[in-house]
Amino acid sequence: MSFTTMEQLKTIGRELAMGSQGVWGSSKEFLELVKTIGEAKSKAEEERIVLAEIESLKRRIQEPDVPRKKMKEYIMRLVYVEMLGHDASFGYIHAVKMTHDDNLLLKRSGYLAVTLFLNEDHDLIILIINTIQKDLKSDNYLVCCAALTAVCRLINEETIPAVLPQIVELLNHQKELVRKKAVMALHRFFQRSPSTVSHLFPAFQERLCDRDPSVMSAVLCALYDMILVNVKPFKHLVASLVSILKQAVEHRLPKSYDYHRTPAPFVQIKLLKILALLGTGDKAASENMFNVLGDILKRSDSTSNIGNAILYECVRTLTSIYTNPRLLQNAAEITAKFLKSDNHNLKYMGIDALGRLIKITPECAENHQLAVIDCLEDPDDTLKRKTLDLLYKMTKANNVEVIVERMVEYIRNISDNHYKTEISSRVIELAERYAPSNQWFIQTMNQVFEIAGDLVPQKVAHDLMRLIAEGAGEEDEDADSHLRSSAVQAYLQILKEPKLPSILLQVISWVLGEYGIADGSHSAEFIIGKLCDIVATRPGDDKLKGYVVSAITKICAFEKAAGQTVDLIPECVSFIEELYASHSTDLQQRIYEFHAVLKLDRDTIASILPMDASCEDIEVDKDLSFLNSFVESALANGSRPYLSDNERRGMGAMTTLASNNDAGTSSLLRFQPYEKPSIPEPAAALVTASHYSQDAIDQHDIYSSTITVSTSSRAPESSSNDGTRLKLEGVQKKWGRPTYTPEAQVPKNPINISDSVKVSSSAAGKEASSRNSSAPPYTERKQPSQEISAEKKKLAASLFGSKAGETKAKPAAKLQQNGTSKKAPAKPTSPPAPAPAPPPADLLDLSDSLPQIPSVDPVDQLADLISVDSSAATSTTSLVEQVLDAGKVATKGPSPQASLQKDSVSRQVGVTPSGGTNPDLFKDLFG
Amino acid sequence: MIDAVLVMNTQGKPRLAKFYKSLSPVKQQEIVRKVYTGLSSRAEHFCNFVEADEIFGAGTKLVYKHFATLYFVFVIDSGESELGILDLIQVFVETLDSIFKNVCELDIVFNFNKVNTVLDEIVMGGQVVETNSTEIVKSVQEIFK
Repeated sequence: MSFTTMEQLKTIGRELAMGSQGVWGSSKEFLELVKTIGEAKSKAEEERIVLAEIESLKRRIQEPDVPRKKMKEYIMRLVYVEMLGHDASFGYIHAVKMTHDDNLLLKRSGYLAVTLFLNEDHDLIILIINTIQKDLKSDNYLVCCAALTAVCRLINEETIPAVLPQIVELLNHQKELVRKKAVMALHRFFQRSPSTVSHLFPAFQERLCDRDPSVMSAVLCALYDMILVNVKPFKHLVASLVSILKQAVEHRLPKSYDYHRTPAPFVQIKLLKILALLGTGDKAASENMFNVLGDILKRSDSTSNIGNAILYECVRTLTSIYTNPRLLQNAAEITAKFLKSDNHNLKYMGIDALGRLIKITPECAENHQLAVIDCLEDPDDTLKRKTLDLLYKMTKANNVEVIVERMVEYIRNISDNHYKTEISSRVIELAERYAPSNQWFIQTMNQVFEIAGDLVPQKVAHDLMRLIAEGAGEEDEDADSHLRSSAVQAYLQILKEPKLPSILLQVISWVLGEYGIADGSHSAEFIIGKLCDIVATRPGDDKLKGYVVSAITKICAFEKAAGQTVDLIPECVSFIEELYASHSTDLQQRIYEFHAVLKLDRDTIASILPMDASCEDIEVDKDLSFLNSFVESALANGSRPYLSDNERRGMGAMTTLASNNDAGTSSLLRFQPYEKPSIPEPAAALVTASHYSQDAIDQHDIYSSTITVSTSSRAPESSSNDGTRLKLEGVQKKWGRPTYTPEAQVPKNPINISDSVKVSSSAAGKEASSRNSSAPPYTERKQPSQEISAEKKKLAASLFGSKAGETKAKPAAKLQQNGTSKKAPAKPTSPPAPAPAPPPADLLDLSDSLPQIPSVDPVDQLADLISVDSSAATSTTSLVEQVLDAGKVATKGPSPQASLQKDSVSRQVGVTPSGGTNPDLFKDLFG
Repeated sequence: MIDAVLVMNTQGKPRLAKFYKSLSPVKQQEIVRKVYTGLSSRAEHFCNFVEADEIFGAGTKLVYKHFATLYFVFVIDSGESELGILDLIQVFVETLDSIFKNVCELDIVFNFNKVNTVLDEIVMGGQVVETNSTEIVKSVQEIFK
């Protein structure tokens, strides 16, 4: 700190010397302010200084007759103060006033302050609109520019119409600076509210042929955004844009557009971006571009930063448009160069480009494995994250373990919640899709839960529980029970760690409840003790308590069903006692259920809570056929038959027609209050549904309680049972359903993806394991350097795995298996490119000689058509029409031979690259 | 598009903060702070890009360059080229350098108005309007004539 202060002091000395020059010098007070703030030793001291400054400004700014120059300085000081994070709103109005000033500099200062102070919805804006309108009409183009700059920031959707006409007029201003800024302002309006300027699209396109290239490049910015929204209306521009790009590449724009001897790089980049959008999935448009893209790849200078920027953009375009194998080959070479570079920026771009390339040619990743691993191990976080991105895209069944391990390691070491959430969701996705074994999947999930904890969505926990419950989904019971007991073992181990996230504890509680005593290696008391410990670590967590109570209930039920007696340990008893009076109705209900279950006899318990039945299907008897005998006996005793709601309505209508007495009473029925339900002793009530129904008191009651069963969800987190349903009949009824355990609800989940994912993951698992045993380790035929550590090689081998042929076949097979599985990231989406043999129809020719350039370049043809007739070139016929018709004209053009000759002549004569603005620049193009 | 241009010194003091999206002053301060923490921990040879999804929303990046006591930071979305912006920062600094004759931090503090004018000539409403240093100097001088 002291060093920099010294530096500052030195420069302040220089500044003071300069201060006497007047125009730039600020007052001594401002210097003093900046100096003291720079020297402030603490945040509090700085605060004090700034507050004092605000007070003094507040006082002075309100004095009458502040000289305008002084006022300008005050306002600049206000801007400074606000930039340091303090409120300067008391001075806003003075900034607004300053925009009215006639002096250009003061006006600009006013606009500057206003654009920094106010956002577009501020109340004071209305006071500026008038000034802006006036300034837009000003004769002084600098005033126009100032107003246009302000417009970009201050005009909102509602005020656009107030200034739009003036700005449209400025599109034809004589100064190119004004035209350019008018285009920018309209572009801004398009971003705000596309509908307000949609009628101006033709005017925009007209500006594309502006005689000044800088206006054209401004239009490109706007075009990019418009095309991003909707490609269709702009497809016809491909030919014109390609020809502009061609001119830029061939150095035919004025020298002033060069940057470090690269011709108009910013224009090139913007055009490449636009072409990428226009060429996506459009073969014809793409073929138009191949030529010029090849040219760029050949000409661009890969030693300068800006040259590489163009090359990267070109690669990006090539990977977006219709595939051209030969150009892709070049793109891959450039990517390789980026990856091999020592420059971190280029490495970053290389990783990004590789990510795009492997979407089309997955096998090209192999060549770069070591570079990728270097990036992965780089201390630079940006690079590392980008590489993880790439790995995510190229994950397959054979490398999922390594990649997921890397990702888990990464999230373990960062504290940023945003990326933790994002990457852990990727880990989960990859694990679900490619898990080699259930064991591995469970382990991975446990790690994710441990690290990312409550950032993980609840659904993942349910999927995990379901996986443990269902096992491999096949008949191999031994493997399943092994899986479960190892899960129990793992969870008991995890429980020893402090501070586990709630969601993991929920999973653990469920698994312990369901399978804790299943393999007989742990006693019920031990598991219950563990469950009580879980609750003790998180006293306020009702949801977790719900899981624990259910788990204890199940364990007690299993024990009782097996003929054992369960002695609850003291902690458990006190825990349960507490819950009888819980504020959570859900918890209360659970604990009463628990109580009720314990009082039942052995057989009943075994039928309501059977061992290991959490994934049996629940069959809901919708016809209520078990009630038939009851209904029949009731009918025999003279009851009225049941009528559905609709039937009763129909009856009601009939009543008026036929004045049927019976119908009248039946419609009345609907308004009768239900009888007060009688509450039988819990223990006395018979529990299974069919038994219960015979005990039922009347029809209403049966009806309502049946509804309760079928609608109330027993999943712990959805406590849909409202207070009125807290009746013990209902409760017992639910338990009466043989397999109605909480998690059994999961399979009913409408999202079936998890289903298919599971199938595929287990399938993938088998595949992977078989491959792991059969696949030979990666043969290092392409590794350049000898001194690469064995560890890295190993990592490379496990990441990039076996050779392309094999990896290709396997995923394809896999894909068939999981037809419903969503994206397959590494799969080529466009038609695969046959690698070596160049197709005969390939338009691109990389050899340079002119005659080989396909003679169908429409614009050149147009150009020579025009250059022959020089009067046409100067005539003022509609430029736009010609540009827009360029494509059509081209197809009708004269013989290729002749046109080529003329073209070369026109190039020599018409367009000599000269310094300064060349007013005829686009003449050869557009007439 | 360019979402914001920030210049801050190596102690995190903002020297220029221009946002091309409407944000409340509180939010702006928060962003300046977050950007600074993001940058200050990065070593010199690291790449000049930082993904800023959390600060500015999905797909945004910080492209920055470190000159003496200052960070120049451009916040961009996917519509801009990272390497291109890096050169644009170079253009910006070169322009300041030729206007202030060997620019230093205090030039930027005291000539806030002028620095902003330079930036307005380069970036307008979040789009790059001019990339030629000489042209920019010319129009700025025209304004301050």
